[in-house]
Amino acid sequence: MARQLNNRSKYGAIALGLLLIVVLGAYSYNGGVGEPAPSITADTAQWPATFGFGKPATPQQIAAWDIDVRPDGLGLPVGAGTVAQGKIIYLAKCAACHGSAEKVVPGVKLPAPVLVSDSASKVKAIGNYWPYASTVFDYIRRSMPYNLPGSLTDNEVYGVTAYILNANKILKPDAVLNAQTLPRIVMPAQKLYINDDRRGGPEVR
Amino acid sequence: MDNEAENKPQEPLINKKISRRLLLGGAATTAIVAMQSSLGKWIQVAAQQPLLKVDDPTKRIGPGPTAVGKRSVFEHPVRIKSDTSSRTPLQDLYSSLTPSDLHYERHHAGVPVIDPDKYELMIHGMVGKPMVFKLADLKRFPSVTRTCFLECSGNFRSGKETMTPQEICGLTSQSEWTGVMLSTLFREVGVQPKATWFLAEGSDAAVMTRSVPVKKGFDDAMIVYAQNGEAIRPEQGYPARLLLPGWEGNTCVKWIRRIELADEPFMTREETSKYTYPVKDKIRQFSFEMDARSIITYPAYPNQMERGWVEIRGIAWTGRGKIVRVEVSTDAGKTWSVARLQEPVLDKAHTYFRHLWQWNGDETEIMSRAIDETNYTQPTLSQLVDARGADIGGYHMNPITAWQIKRDGKVLFKPESWK
Ligand code: HEC
Repeated sequence: MARQLNNRSKYGAIALGLLLIVVLGAYSYNGGVGEPAPSITADTAQWPATFGFGKPATPQQIAAWDIDVRPDGLGLPVGAGTVAQGKIIYLAKCAACHGSAEKVVPGVKLPAPVLVSDSASKVKAIGNYWPYASTVFDYIRRSMPYNLPGSLTDNEVYGVTAYILNANKILKPDAVLNAQTLPRIVMPAQKLYINDDRRGGPEVR
Repeated sequence: MDNEAENKPQEPLINKKISRRLLLGGAATTAIVAMQSSLGKWIQVAAQQPLLKVDDPTKRIGPGPTAVGKRSVFEHPVRIKSDTSSRTPLQDLYSSLTPSDLHYERHHAGVPVIDPDKYELMIHGMVGKPMVFKLADLKRFPSVTRTCFLECSGNFRSGKETMTPQEICGLTSQSEWTGVMLSTLFREVGVQPKATWFLAEGSDAAVMTRSVPVKKGFDDAMIVYAQNGEAIRPEQGYPARLLLPGWEGNTCVKWIRRIELADEPFMTREETSKYTYPVKDKIRQFSFEMDARSIITYPAYPNQMERGWVEIRGIAWTGRGKIVRVEVSTDAGKTWSVARLQEPVLDKAHTYFRHLWQWNGDETEIMSRAIDETNYTQPTLSQLVDARGADIGGYHMNPITAWQIKRDGKVLFKPESWK
């Protein structure tokens, strides 16, 4: 029976300054099929409880960067905005790229995706494809307007979100969006979403 | 002009007999210095000479060493770019590693310029100790190197016969990455057992975000700062990015600045409006692993075939472990033979395959299909459409790519329509 050194297991040990050689019988390395993947993590048993690199994040540092908003409303800032206020912002700061939010003009090529679903053209947009209203707020606040990202105040983001949701027939014209009302919105597409549960195997899905 | 006389060659350079052995060997130190500087002058002279009529490299001293190397003047592999992405010239590569400057790009608001001394990665949320790591801190942790592919999940184009591998699926590339295991950082901050997802956020102008299961973070995720042995390229996330081996490129957030541990996904725009796709009457979300795929990169459009022996070459890859087999058909999918795989076959990595074939001059179609270790076989486009419906969209498409060989030796892509 051929005896071979399993060289690959050494790398983790060398990283720790140990001389650990695993001798395996009847095991030959050919890099081929059906072998366990080479271990790429070091043996952490030898590690200190903490390396002590880096610094604790201060509450101020976290607050400055932690801008995400979840579907349950966690992360929504104080403030509010109405459909009417949002319309002014939309026309001034968004329409140049996204077009009129009132209706999709067929055949007009815009520099940016349309933000209003239109049952006739079947374009995938906020009204018929987005599963959560929180995403509209979160995305506009972090990434829009494209040419000046992060330049809107929280009130402006609430307002323009309200305006876009109204244009998609999800919000009434007199609606006010704030940290309490926004998470209560149920988006029409939410019920369509399924998690990918494929885990390999012969079936094509 | 002062140095005119000096620069003007008195006679053709090739007639001056310079013994390289005399110059570089044996002589005393002072002599070497003197001789080296005069060699430098000779090279200056050589560089200014017009190209000799007789183009014989053995009769002409070439330029000397340089600070940064360049490709041969005869090689011009280039990425094809659009406003938001650029594609790797797969047909110009001879093995599975992608030169860093040809790695595909996809960004949502351009490539940011980030000063490595100011760079910080914050990890907070459901952790024992929220921490901020500078780049230098990340580099002090135990490091790991691994080779794996990256692929944009929107990596499928079709529509005309005159398409190269680059145009069809050039949004995949392979690098050797070095960095710290995310599990090492998770251990450092003390991830709470109840944390199931984390948000990864970039510091580009899109401040791009994705939610990732914590399990992947402990499994094989890395924060990488080096690519192919040097600092990571700006387009690939300088100074540091998230690397989730085998997962769709968009989840491997570049220019990463923040990781927030939580107990549910954040439902960001890139995991709802984008990177999701209709499957029959539903919308499938969180397709992370890239399905097994392969493509013949030679012969391919625009190559011209000649009768006789040809080595069919290509790449195969899967986000679900290793490629176990690649099969090649030279008769339009009627029969298949097993291609040779270039060793070592790595986990979640482009695997180069080759298959020797004798073309007799008849019209035919050639194609390859990849089989991975879960026993998944790369499907045809019609199998995908049957499984998902005609509204399949552009994400997570991995159909078999067929090349038509015409009688005159032309190789053309075989576009298939499904709508
Ligand atoms: C300079 C052009 C421009 C301006 C001005 C602009 N956007 Fe955008 N917007 C874009 C582009 C381009 C994208 C697509 C970005 C991408 O795919 O990464 C986009 C995407 C979006 C999306 C996501 C669309 C989808 O279907 O996924 C929303 C929502 C959005 N913008 C809202 C706004 C709002 C609100 C404003 C005004 C405050 C605004 N934008 C101003 C160019 C612009």
